[in-house]
Amino acid sequence: MTLLRVNNLGVDFATHDGLVSAVNGVSFELDRGQTLGIVGESGSGKSQTVLAMMGLLAKNGQARGEVLFEGQNLLGMSTRELNRIRGNRVAMIFQDPMTSLNPYLTVERQMTEVLELHKNMTRRAAKTRAIELLEAVKIPEAARRVDMYPHEFSGGMRQRVMIAMALLCEPEVLIADEPTTALDVTVQAQIITLMQELQRDFGTAIVMITHDLGVVAGLCDRVMVMYGGRVMEQGSAEQIFYQPTHPYTVGLLGALPRLDHDGDTLVSIPGNPPNMAHMPAGCAFCERCTLAEARCHSERPALQTLEGGILRACHKSLAEVSQLKEMSHVG
Amino acid sequence: MWSYALRRLLATIPTMLAVITVCYLLLHATPGGPFDTERKVSEAVLANLNAKYHLDLPLWQQYLYYLKGLVQGDLGASFRYADWSVNELVAAALPVSLTIGGVAMVLALIIGVALGVTAALRQNSIVDYFVMLLGNVGSAVPSFVIGPVLVLIFGVWLKWLPAGGWQGFQLTYMVLPIALLTVINMATIGRVMRGSLIEVLNSNFIRTARAKGLPMHTIIRRHALKPAMLPVVSVMGPLTISSIASAVVTETVFSLPGLGKLIVNGASNRDYTLVLGLVVLVTVFAVLLNLIVDLVYAALDPKIRY
Repeated sequence: MTLLRVNNLGVDFATHDGLVSAVNGVSFELDRGQTLGIVGESGSGKSQTVLAMMGLLAKNGQARGEVLFEGQNLLGMSTRELNRIRGNRVAMIFQDPMTSLNPYLTVERQMTEVLELHKNMTRRAAKTRAIELLEAVKIPEAARRVDMYPHEFSGGMRQRVMIAMALLCEPEVLIADEPTTALDVTVQAQIITLMQELQRDFGTAIVMITHDLGVVAGLCDRVMVMYGGRVMEQGSAEQIFYQPTHPYTVGLLGALPRLDHDGDTLVSIPGNPPNMAHMPAGCAFCERCTLAEARCHSERPALQTLEGGILRACHKSLAEVSQLKEMSHVG
Repeated sequence: MWSYALRRLLATIPTMLAVITVCYLLLHATPGGPFDTERKVSEAVLANLNAKYHLDLPLWQQYLYYLKGLVQGDLGASFRYADWSVNELVAAALPVSLTIGGVAMVLALIIGVALGVTAALRQNSIVDYFVMLLGNVGSAVPSFVIGPVLVLIFGVWLKWLPAGGWQGFQLTYMVLPIALLTVINMATIGRVMRGSLIEVLNSNFIRTARAKGLPMHTIIRRHALKPAMLPVVSVMGPLTISSIASAVVTETVFSLPGLGKLIVNGASNRDYTLVLGLVVLVTVFAVLLNLIVDLVYAALDPKIRY
């Protein structure tokens, strides 16, 4: 059985302007030990997708579809049932380590409570285990630092604590929502390497949300590209990087700053992400797409399966997209 | 921490001195004196009285006399209550005010926090609206209105409780004044608690706690309550001090022999030493309260260390 299967996931928010769909028709599968990258700009619905999976949407948010973890639908569960799974078999780390740890509790308390809850450990045993995990994420003097408060750790160290905390119960799935965005570049690399090592040691499947394509290249097996709350393209990391089939993916790759190229201007995709309350009738990306034609504005492209397990939602032919890629010097 | 507390206490000496000086001058600047009564006292008697209480000396000498007594812990002799020192008057009145005020403050804290938490957890429900209504009414309607209304309902109409007076710490006489002070303070505490808990529950670390699979009651108790209490702690100081001020009203409404009553009588009688003594006492209270609030803050928030 597939470890995690997401079917047609959607997220709606009740706002003053009516119901706004932040995410639509997201589907993917994840097997043990695999890593899925979800990439896209801010506001593309990446975070809301995973928050919906964990039952962590804001009060006015509502999830649609199915999130099957070993065949059980997480979305239909009561909070009590869900609480047996989240933090235990599916864990999550968040974007901002500065605010995601409770500043009023010691790291020890915040870690041991997870083990007391899910593994019925004593506080003492849980502390020993917490120290082991802190050592596993390479926090120096873990036995001493475990009794400290979050503000006594640096940003990178706090994210290590978050990761250690998420791994306490050796979850089957680890969801990481932009774990490196708030960190220094050098620290980012350390955290990514750390996650790679931990995945190797613990065999955890990872859902990695990022807008850093470098992270995707280093860590992910499969990549899902999102825009305007919809999946634009999904494929293996290699395919996404070397044979992107969607104009938006091409744009994203073209916007990667490169040191080996001439020219000192930073490339960007012209225009802004769409307003979720007023989505275009056609393709979500049509307003910014250089290849867009009349049909793109009126008719929403369906997600089609291509050879090699690639999924894409675009009306344009593969030839046109690869031509666009050549022009923008990707690859 | 103890050295911090000590330093804070020493730093209050100039504050106290300023308060005492200003009060002293204000009292002496107001027209009239302690011995101006309807019935004229003879010149000889007046001169005698003035000499006895040093009122014949220049103001600065009187001031120094007063400070000298104060340093020795002596608040002086009352000008109006012959044979009573201010120390004795305070000693008689303080337990009454402390009991009423203290019990009311503890009740207000417990009930207010409970109401605030309930309202925050059931935001926009009937319970929430009730707490908000109570909070707004309690803050908006002055105590000299709520007090007589309580007396009217429970003392006059229902006749459950005496309308006022004091019988040496008998419970029935304490219920209404305590209820009045509790209602007023509970309203503020409930409102602050509700707001701060709602804010804390929206913070990222609560989302982390939910992601860990913790049940809601553990999240509230272990993760949310402490940070949500901080704003409540910071209003407790001013709230207690304003309770002392409103004691002037409550003790008059219920005719209680407490500090508030003493202040009113002292002021209308130009009983210089009595009013000054009470001002000193309240100032010491305020200073101590602020210190306690700061120390509690440090105990709650690990980022604050002295």
